Amino acid sequence: MTSDETRIAYTLRLADNALVLAQRMVEMVAAEPELEEELANANFALDYIGQARMLYTHAGQLEGKGRSEDDFAFVRDEHEFRNLLLLEQPNGHFGDALVRQFLFETWYLHLLDGLIACSERGLSEIAARAIKEVKYHSRHSSQWLVRLGDGTELSHERVQASLDDAWRYTGEMFAADEIDVAFQREFDGPDLAAIHKLWRRDVEKTVAEATLRLPDDDWMLSGGKQGRHSEHLGFLLAEMQYLQRSFPGATW
Amino acid sequence: MTNPVSVAQVYEWLGEVPDPEIPVLSILDLGIVRDVSVKDKVTVTLTPTYSGCPATEVIEDSVLEALKGRGIDDVVVNRVLSPPWTTDWITESGRDKLRQYGIAPPSRSREIACPQCESLHTELVSEFGSTACKSSWRCKDCLEPFEYFKCL
Ligand SMILES: [Zn+2]
Repeated sequence: MTSDETRIAYTLRLADNALVLAQRMVEMVAAEPELEEELANANFALDYIGQARMLYTHAGQLEGKGRSEDDFAFVRDEHEFRNLLLLEQPNGHFGDALVRQFLFETWYLHLLDGLIACSERGLSEIAARAIKEVKYHSRHSSQWLVRLGDGTELSHERVQASLDDAWRYTGEMFAADEIDVAFQREFDGPDLAAIHKLWRRDVEKTVAEATLRLPDDDWMLSGGKQGRHSEHLGFLLAEMQYLQRSFPGATW
Repeated sequence: MTNPVSVAQVYEWLGEVPDPEIPVLSILDLGIVRDVSVKDKVTVTLTPTYSGCPATEVIEDSVLEALKGRGIDDVVVNRVLSPPWTTDWITESGRDKLRQYGIAPPSRSREIACPQCESLHTELVSEFGSTACKSSWRCKDCLEPFEYFKCL
């Protein structure tokens, strides 16, 4: 793998994470339990769409084959997407979606912090922009975890189940494969083992504050980063890509 | 070919381009104009406020329109990310305009002054307002609700 191939692949993973998560969040628009959450969710989803756009554009420029942000988002197939499995899982109920945000954003915040310091200039600049938004998102998801965990007996039980369910998808965030290793070596990229420790520390702290129990690290699912997805991604893409697939090149 | 227009003139025109979300602020007040050059063509360099700010493209179009409306046809609008925009880039006159408009300007202080009566006796109603950059507050003295431009 050349160093250009490494940074393109690495950038596309970040972009796919942002886009797939944004699409899941967009599915919740007009279905939030209260107006305040409606606004928070829609605005946060916009941040992720914005990040995805910058990342795809950057990947397209590095690649130099004239692929646009829309080409990456709308005409690639399922196996070409490299997002984490956690992010493509259906929203479930409010607590499920919230736990997904919490686990991902706690990780993403440390990853972005590492990317700011990397030597790939485009990614470093995008990360510096994005971290300001994700800090804010992460505060929101942590606060909600505490509110639900330390809420009523019912909310506690349900959000504990959400946490137990989502846990098996977290291993993939820290499993460094050849792209992660090459990006770290060649571009001074983030160290996933170090991030795992920071993530664990932050998650433990909030989970304890929420009076919840940390699930055991047993069997972890993986494959999203390599393009092997759960059955849910295909449906998500079918809906998201419908228009561009039916009317290629349509604009308005 | 030298351009007949000066940098100062371009800045003056940009001072009339409103932010679409808070039209009382110009894009200069908001602090998103990073550079203007008039070498062979007019180049305006902007930075987005938030990654997903839906106003970014509207603002770029308004800049093109404002300059074309003044007979400057050869205009390029560039986008830069670094250094990222924060609310610290909002100018002093921008802060005054926000206050007059009824929005409390971003503040490093924990106490947020009511833009109507300047009381510090205020409370947060909701951390999430009508746009990503605003939260909703209430003044406990004059009882008016108001928006606060969050410090970022
Ligand atoms: Zn007041």
